[in-house]
Amino acid sequence: MAQHDTGEKSAAAGSAVDRIESSRVSPGTAIEVSDAFVNPGLPPHRPRVTDLNPKKAKQAERRVYTLFYVSIIGSVAAVAAYAAIPLVPGDNATLRLSTALLGLGIALGLLGIGIGAVYWAKTLMKAEEMVEMRHPTRGSDETRERAVEIFQLGNEESGFGRRALIRNSLIGALIATPIPAIVLFRDLGPAGSPAEALMTTMWEKDMRLTRDPTGTPIRASEVTLGSVFHVIPDGLLDKEHKLEEKAKAAVLLIRLKPEDINELPERAGWSYDGIVAYSKICTHVGCPVALYEQQTHHLLCPCHQSTFDVTNHCEVIFGPASRPLPQLPISVDSDGYLIAQSDFLEPIGPSFWERS
Amino acid sequence: MSATDTASAPADTAAASTVPPSRGQRFTNASANYIDERTSVSGLVKELGRKVFPDHWSFMLGEIALYSFVVILLSGTFLTFFYDPSMTEVEYEGSYVPLKGLEMSAAMASSLDISFDIRGGLLMRQVHHWAALLFIAAIGLHMLRVFFTGAFRKPRELNWFIGFVLFILAMAEGFTGYSLPDDLLSGNGLRIIDGMVKAIPLIGTWISWLLFGGEFPGTEVIPRLFVLHILLLPAILVVALGAHLLLMVINKHTHYAGPGRTNDNVVGVPVMPIFAAKAGGFFFIVFGVIMLLGAFFQINPIWAYGPYDPSPVSAGTQPDWYIGFADGALRLMPGLDVVLFGYTYPLGVLVPLAILPIFLGLVAFYPFIEAWITGDKREHHIAERPRNAPARTAIGAAGVTFYAVLWAAASSDLIATHFLVTIEGTIITLRWLLVIGPVLAYFLTKRICIGLQKKDREIALHGYESGRIVRLPGGEYIEVHEQLDDYERWKLVSYLDYQPLMVRPDDNGRISVAQRARAGLSSWFFEDRIAPATTTELERETASH
Repeated sequence: MAQHDTGEKSAAAGSAVDRIESSRVSPGTAIEVSDAFVNPGLPPHRPRVTDLNPKKAKQAERRVYTLFYVSIIGSVAAVAAYAAIPLVPGDNATLRLSTALLGLGIALGLLGIGIGAVYWAKTLMKAEEMVEMRHPTRGSDETRERAVEIFQLGNEESGFGRRALIRNSLIGALIATPIPAIVLFRDLGPAGSPAEALMTTMWEKDMRLTRDPTGTPIRASEVTLGSVFHVIPDGLLDKEHKLEEKAKAAVLLIRLKPEDINELPERAGWSYDGIVAYSKICTHVGCPVALYEQQTHHLLCPCHQSTFDVTNHCEVIFGPASRPLPQLPISVDSDGYLIAQSDFLEPIGPSFWERS
Repeated sequence: MSATDTASAPADTAAASTVPPSRGQRFTNASANYIDERTSVSGLVKELGRKVFPDHWSFMLGEIALYSFVVILLSGTFLTFFYDPSMTEVEYEGSYVPLKGLEMSAAMASSLDISFDIRGGLLMRQVHHWAALLFIAAIGLHMLRVFFTGAFRKPRELNWFIGFVLFILAMAEGFTGYSLPDDLLSGNGLRIIDGMVKAIPLIGTWISWLLFGGEFPGTEVIPRLFVLHILLLPAILVVALGAHLLLMVINKHTHYAGPGRTNDNVVGVPVMPIFAAKAGGFFFIVFGVIMLLGAFFQINPIWAYGPYDPSPVSAGTQPDWYIGFADGALRLMPGLDVVLFGYTYPLGVLVPLAILPIFLGLVAFYPFIEAWITGDKREHHIAERPRNAPARTAIGAAGVTFYAVLWAAASSDLIATHFLVTIEGTIITLRWLLVIGPVLAYFLTKRICIGLQKKDREIALHGYESGRIVRLPGGEYIEVHEQLDDYERWKLVSYLDYQPLMVRPDDNGRISVAQRARAGLSSWFFEDRIAPATTTELERETASH
């Protein structure tokens, strides 16, 4: 069987599946030459050492069952580790030990079986190569004729092709039925318009700037040169939709030397004594722009490395963002605390279709 | 077959009839008969039991994918018993001290409980994660194997496509699962998805609104991703996987060119027993290795990231490896917002969002494109050596390079910090590489393939250098070349050879645009082909010596 001579039957590796097909099926632009090499057939089988030497075979057998025994030991050890090591709250060393021993035991249980079975197959099971003929994937002519006939019978007996009104109305009905399913998904989101929700944040006139995450207000005098404050609006922590509001209203507060800032004349009143506030939400795809480089006054988004220049109204100086971070106009109240003059004057965060 | 003939149910157990069967034997016979009389399973055993499977290490890659998927199902089932897919705010009261008292979602709290309060929970989480990473890696390598050996050609084009769908599903499974712990890292991943979705013209904000149940992050997305992750996607995946395996059985496996292997046969080992033992054993090995990874190598330490909060983020933020190429595409594209008729087109996001489907689409439809170019309608069951299809191999190398550059870009910040180069320099270099790299890879690979083919031809015709130096009577030294035997030579000379398509006018004397395009592609593929050596050439060679 192993020496099945296939060399004569098909000359080239690219020959078709069987003779009938090759005369009918186009080889495309393939070149077929008459003096191609002939497949020499399977080379003679080379026996393994375990086929020739019964001692080696015996040795292989011992190894296989030893591996299976090791597997049993591993599984038992895993159960023992589970029982013997209770997790102690706050003790990470026990957790690590439990994970390691449990995993090691189970792994031994699995690898013992796996390596044993493969080793068994490779050394002891009959290994002579077998040859099986392929058949064309295409059904035989009779089968195909019968299939066509069945479809025709179905057509005739139902009158699907003849009774056009029935057919067309059925097709129409089948197209219409899934439509309610699409409509049903509208309430995945609440009523209202997503674009409208994106246009504003909870910042409003005279709202105090507070620290993230404690919510304590910030005095202008506390903002020393070069320091950065992560800011949330006053009252955010009591909001029902805390995270949604924070995802829009998070702000970075930075104090620069007034001479370092290139302020546009129309935004001259938006900062206070060199203190500027910018949206923390990246205008690229919305990551928090959390890295501030004191020396260069650059803000860097750790997700995609968009870089913003704080001295120049946070314009983009590098990376995939295309718009500056929106600025929050700020001022101080009578107690010396920093407050917002208004909401942002443009939508914060990533660009979207309805934005402008 | 006679129903009473019990011994013939498993076809190969025609035991000696003179010895009375033992008790165990009688039991086996009786139960086999019982089952067969109710299921006619003997037919299945007869069909598949001795089916021949070819053996090659590269055929294991698909097996690794299959087995790691089984591991994912097993470990994932364990996790669902403890995980709570809810975004309700709770105060963490578990065993991990640094996060005690912190507000977080029930999803995050239960993920921490799995890690710290359930014996074997951390192990199973890590096994699940490692198995998922391995699953997608194995699929990727399996696809590369199939691509570079041309195993996607007729009749396997559809199965390639199903495999591609599995690849996409696996990535979707990975991403949805990655988001479930609701930790800071995965939350930022969702935020990025939200930002990308919002960039889509007309419907972007609505998709985000419906996905998150209102504004980001909302309280809906985790339970929804959970349903996708454990129900919808796995169901589709299992069905597609079943179809993939069924078609593999119907088409029979390819085998590599070699003596005795033809397009008409399969040479290998039978399912029962040797292939079953090897494949079954290999499942346990894959499972065992994943178990070792889970036991000893930490993955996704959510406790170190903390619960999701829209404000903080850590430096070096990265997705799991298989989403890297998409993240890299986002990093490389320079920002560009275009406003047209009052609507915003954020091209900085839309261009990567368009390039990725185009790239993946080329992958999905490549078999159909190549089939159209060659016009070859025959079945192909011989896995080709990559060198023997230089254009395809070069296209594959270009694709791999394109993917690799995008992938590297997802680590641009880490490249910059590890190799002490600027982030700007890294990004700009990678941008150029993304354009030039694939072109370079294409030409380099094609030249290497053709060089190897020439070398093969030379060895097939002239033999190999034997290392034996002989001095001729005239004083000249030559090295004796040893001819190959027929078996060795066959490997070098048995490959398909195509010529560029010649365009010919049709009956109306016209040449269609499609024909011209096909001819152009065909000459691009085959113009510098190296024809396989023939017997005539060998005879001429041997005669001249």
